[in-house]
Amino acid sequence: MSENRKLIKIATAGSVDDGKSTLIGRLLYDTKSLTTDKIEAIERSSKQRGYDYLDFSLATDGLVAEREQGITIDVAHIYFNTAKTNFIVADTPGHVEYTRNMVTGASTSQVAIILIDARKGVIEQTYRHFFIANLLRISHVVVAINKMDLVDYDEEVYLKIKADFDALVAKSDFSEDQITFIPVSALKGENIARKSEEMPWYVGNTLLDHLEVLEPADLEPSSVARFPVQYVIRPKTEAWHDFRGFSGMLYGGNLKVGDEVTLLPSLNTSKIKSIHYFDQEIQEAAPGSSIAITLETEVDLSRGDMLVKSGELPASEKQISATICQVNNKALTVGKKYILQHGVNRVLAKVDQIESRIHTDFTGAEDAHSLKLNDIGRVHFRLSKPIHFDPYKTNKSNGSFILIDEAEYDTVSVGFIE
Amino acid sequence: MNNLLTPNPKEAESIHIIREVAAQFERPVLLFSGGKDSITLVRLAQKAFYPAKIPFPLLHVDTGHNFPETIEFRDKLVEELGLELIVRNVQDSIDQGKVREERGRYSSRNSLQTTTLLDAIEEFKFDACIGGARRDEEKARAKERVFSVRDDFGQWDEKNQRPELFDMLNGKIHNGQNVRCFPISNWTELDVWEYIKTENIEIPSIYFAHEREVFFRDGMIWTANEHVYREAHEEVEVRMVRFRTVGDMTCTAAVLSEAVSLEDVVGEIRQSTISERGARIDDKRSEAAMETRKKVGYF
Repeated sequence: MSENRKLIKIATAGSVDDGKSTLIGRLLYDTKSLTTDKIEAIERSSKQRGYDYLDFSLATDGLVAEREQGITIDVAHIYFNTAKTNFIVADTPGHVEYTRNMVTGASTSQVAIILIDARKGVIEQTYRHFFIANLLRISHVVVAINKMDLVDYDEEVYLKIKADFDALVAKSDFSEDQITFIPVSALKGENIARKSEEMPWYVGNTLLDHLEVLEPADLEPSSVARFPVQYVIRPKTEAWHDFRGFSGMLYGGNLKVGDEVTLLPSLNTSKIKSIHYFDQEIQEAAPGSSIAITLETEVDLSRGDMLVKSGELPASEKQISATICQVNNKALTVGKKYILQHGVNRVLAKVDQIESRIHTDFTGAEDAHSLKLNDIGRVHFRLSKPIHFDPYKTNKSNGSFILIDEAEYDTVSVGFIE
Repeated sequence: MNNLLTPNPKEAESIHIIREVAAQFERPVLLFSGGKDSITLVRLAQKAFYPAKIPFPLLHVDTGHNFPETIEFRDKLVEELGLELIVRNVQDSIDQGKVREERGRYSSRNSLQTTTLLDAIEEFKFDACIGGARRDEEKARAKERVFSVRDDFGQWDEKNQRPELFDMLNGKIHNGQNVRCFPISNWTELDVWEYIKTENIEIPSIYFAHEREVFFRDGMIWTANEHVYREAHEEVEVRMVRFRTVGDMTCTAAVLSEAVSLEDVVGEIRQSTISERGARIDDKRSEAAMETRKKVGYF
C-alpha cells in the first residue's frame, strides 16, 4: 500500500432514483476504476434490459433481489483510487425502510454525499439523510444537486435548492463551512471529474477535485488518547518468557514510551515500557495504530479494560443516556435487557426509560414507549458494570456502542453517548 | 527504534479484525489457498500476535487440481513459520459420493469445495473461518459484512445481514452457526500487491511470468494438462504467462505477461484494464455466480 496515499471514506445518500448508483458509476468510470470486463458486463446487461443508456447501478447493485427490483437493499462498498487518494464509498439504500442500512454505511464514513434531484428539490428523504449525517457527526457533507441536465442547467434552480438546504443546515449542528454544494449531472459527467461548460455560473471545484482536497486529519474530531485492551499477548516462549503485551487499536491522541498511564477500571497507574508494532519497537504511536504495549509494573489488565494517560480520564458510569437508532425488527422497550458492546467491551444493559422519539425532519421529539425499526430516540440505560466513555462528539469510537439481543444475538441498536 | 508510527489505516483495521476473531471465538481457523490474499492474511496475523505465534491453524481445502508450485509454497511457508496446517481434500468428498465430478467443456472442481469446507467445519467444530475475500472482487462480495454469520448449513442470508457499525464486531452466535471473517474486506487488488511489495512477502512463482503450455478458448488462456478439459482442435502452445489469482487450475485463467518482479507485477496491475475476476472462469457462468455459491456455503 502506497504510504503517501491518503484514505477518504464516503457514504452516499439520496432518495430512490436520485441517481446515486449513476454517480458512483460515473466516479468509477471517470477515474478509470471500471475495468473493461466490468464495463462490458454493464453494457450487456443494459442492452438485455432494453435501456438506451449505460445503467451504472448494475455495477453496484450486487444482489439478485436488487437487480430484480431495481433498488438497493444493502450497503455495497466500492473502491476507487486516484494518484493521491484511496476512496471507500459506502453506497447506501435510499428507501425509508432501509434507514438502518444508511446508518450502517455512514458510521464508518467521514464524508457524506447527499444527492438531490434538481427537478424535485429538498424532499422528506433529504431531511432524513441529513439528520443521520448530523446524528453521526459526519465531518463534511457534499450536497450534489443532480440531474441539472434535466432543468437546462438553470442557476435559479440550483440557488433555490441551496437556499432550502441552508435552512436545514441552520437547524442542525453543522456549520456552513462543513457543507459544500455542487451542481452536477452524473449521467453526463458534468462537474463530476470534468468542469462543466454548461454551468459557467458555478465557480467551485468538481466533485472529484473537492473530494481530493479533503484531508483525513481534518475529518476526525480531536480527542485525547484512548486504548481499549483488545487481546493480551503472552508468547510464553524461551525468548519472550515474561512478555505481556496489551494489544489493541489506539483512538484519539498519541501514546509514547514513558507516558504515565491509568488503567481502568482498577485506577492503578503504571508507565509505558515499550510499544510494539510487529517486530519493531517504536517510540510513539499515532491514532489508528494497531499496536501492543507493555507496562513497567505487573498489573491486572484484560480484554475490555482501558488504558489512558493519567490526568485524562474518561467518564466512568453505570447509568448512561444515549441517542439510539433501532436497526432491528424487534422493538426496544422499557425493562428489556441487552448485551451492550462498547468498543471491545461488553456489559449488560437494561432500558430504564425511553425519553422520546426524535423526528428525523428536525421538528423535535415526541413521547414514546418503544422504539421500532428505524426509529431514533433518547434512552436511559442502567449497566451491570461501569463503562469508560467520552461523549460521541469528542471521540466517536469511545462514545458509541451497539446493543445485542440477549437471546438471538442480533445487533439490534446503535447508540451515541452524550 | 522508530520514532513515530503513523499507521497504514487498512493494515491497522485488518489487524484489529484478526484480534477480534481470536478474542471472540473458541475455534477459529484461517482458510488458506496459497494465493496472494491468504498469504497477506498470514502476514497480518503474524503482526496481530507478535511475538506470540498465530493462535489458530490454517485450513487448506485442496481441490486436487492445484498448481504444484502453490502446494510447494504452502508447505514451505507452514514449515518456516511453525504454523499448524490442516488439509482436507475434495477428492475424498468425491470418493464418499457427497459430490459429483463435473464433466465436459467447463468442468471444474471449484464449487465442489463448498462441501469439503462445510464438512471440515463440522469435523473440527470451527466457529470462525477467516478468509481473504475482498469486497472489490465481485459485486456480491461488495455486499459482504466483515463478520458474516452463516447458519448450520453454511448458508448466507443476504437480505438479513447483521448491521455492522463503526468497528464494533458482533461475533455472538448459536451452536452450529459459524462466522466467516474477512479482515481484508476493504483492500483492493492493488492494495494487496502494493503491500506484498512494501513488505517484501514471498509468493508462489506462478504469479510471475514464466513459460507454460497453454491453449486459448473464449478469449482466455487455459492451462494445458490432464486436469483441464480440452478438445482435440484446441491447440497447445508455449507462452510467457503469469496468474493474477491462484485457484483451481480448471477455473483460473492465465494472462500474457513479461512481469518477473514484484515491481513489474504492481506496474502491470496499475495499468490493467481487466479485473482480477475477469480471469476467473467460474464467475462467468452467470451474473449471480458468486452470490449463488455464497448462499450455499462457499467462502
